[in-house]
Amino acid sequence: MAGTAVLGRLSWQAATVVDHVDETERTRSIVLDPPAWPGHKAGQHVDVRLTAEDGYQAERSYSIASAPEDDHLVLTVERLDDGEVSPYLVDELRPGDALELRGPVGGYFVWEGSLGGPLLLVAGGSGVVPLRAMLRHHRAVRSTVPVRLLYSTRALEDVIYRDELMGLADDGEIDVRFTLTRSQPPRWRGYGRRIDRELLDEVAWPPRERALVYACGPSGFVEAAASFLVELGHDPGTIKTERFGPTGG
Amino acid sequence: MTPISRGFQGRRRTDVEAARVPPGQYVTDDFPVLSAGPTPHTPLPEWSFTIRGAVDEPRSWSWDELRSLPSETVTVDIHCVTKWSKLDTTWTGVSVDALLDGVDTSAEYVTAWSDGGYTTNLPLEDVTEGRAWVAFAYDDEPLEPEHGGPARLLVPHLYFWKSAKWVRGLELRNEDEPGFWESYGYNNYGDPWQEQRYWGD
Repeated sequence: MAGTAVLGRLSWQAATVVDHVDETERTRSIVLDPPAWPGHKAGQHVDVRLTAEDGYQAERSYSIASAPEDDHLVLTVERLDDGEVSPYLVDELRPGDALELRGPVGGYFVWEGSLGGPLLLVAGGSGVVPLRAMLRHHRAVRSTVPVRLLYSTRALEDVIYRDELMGLADDGEIDVRFTLTRSQPPRWRGYGRRIDRELLDEVAWPPRERALVYACGPSGFVEAAASFLVELGHDPGTIKTERFGPTGG
Repeated sequence: MTPISRGFQGRRRTDVEAARVPPGQYVTDDFPVLSAGPTPHTPLPEWSFTIRGAVDEPRSWSWDELRSLPSETVTVDIHCVTKWSKLDTTWTGVSVDALLDGVDTSAEYVTAWSDGGYTTNLPLEDVTEGRAWVAFAYDDEPLEPEHGGPARLLVPHLYFWKSAKWVRGLELRNEDEPGFWESYGYNNYGDPWQEQRYWGD
């Protein structure tokens, strides 16, 4: 019927785990084959549901790590030691298992080629996951939008998608800046401190360029990044944030 | 058919009354933050709260005026669409009933609007009769900016995105209009007990 939005319910579906990839000691990518995937936008997430034998269920949300153009749906999950769901996803789940999910969810923290740029991606820890979907989308659609990624982790071993990001940087496709807040390898040439105003001033385009900013990570990290960018003169309306709390596992 | 997750035990919380936890939620003792953009910081002298829209005359309160209205302290459970619930949270604020006292309106809907451009829509009856507050304190402390301070709407019987942070007013409307998250795939009403998270739920 013309003019009538049809708002179909997002149904739960059992996706088959086809592969998994250990990204770091604490994170694993889960490669999934959902039977009826409607497609997604880079930056969206899914709800995941686990069911115990006695019927007890636990649900959590996870960002999608794959681009819409990728062959499979990929989630990258960080193990939270006191978590209920993430240790299962990272340590127990294996190829051949079924994983129930519902999605995609969320329409704001997304980037599509048509939104333009330049694009400033600011990641703290596993907050890089939805931003990686944007990077892969950027490559898949051969976007010419300039991209910078600022990625903060504790140490080099904690960098997720390290080879892939280095590859993109080597190809000159994106400009990647790392900051390692706890320990740096010998002869490290990146940043070695928590993000601050000066660091963001160096990495970000001048506010007049009106970059689209996507910041994702732990709540304190995102709060700091967004606040510094506003202080530096960036329009708050150009800054999209997604945070994860101390819980969520 | 829901498949069993091989090897999944789960960690049921024995210290929580199951009947208080809506479907798909888990109880947390932390207070996670969800916001779409930077935290606004409006100085209190510039702050006001306004009721406008389908009313005979808009009304507005300065920060001091709002704080001089009778306040209530309530202890309620809150439920975020991102799956966490937090039980027995204590808030202090002015009831929306008090702000609407004497307002003559035919409106059936309300849109809460906030610093930073955030909006959320609700049926008027969901913010009246002791079901909603403009809250300025959490646990007897001034509400922190990250959690919506200086003041946020508190509508605990709906998912927490309806409890607009940094709220600056209510617009009474004759027609319903989707707010911010409601335009980005989230449910128009958001009843946690019906698990109305997304469009079509």
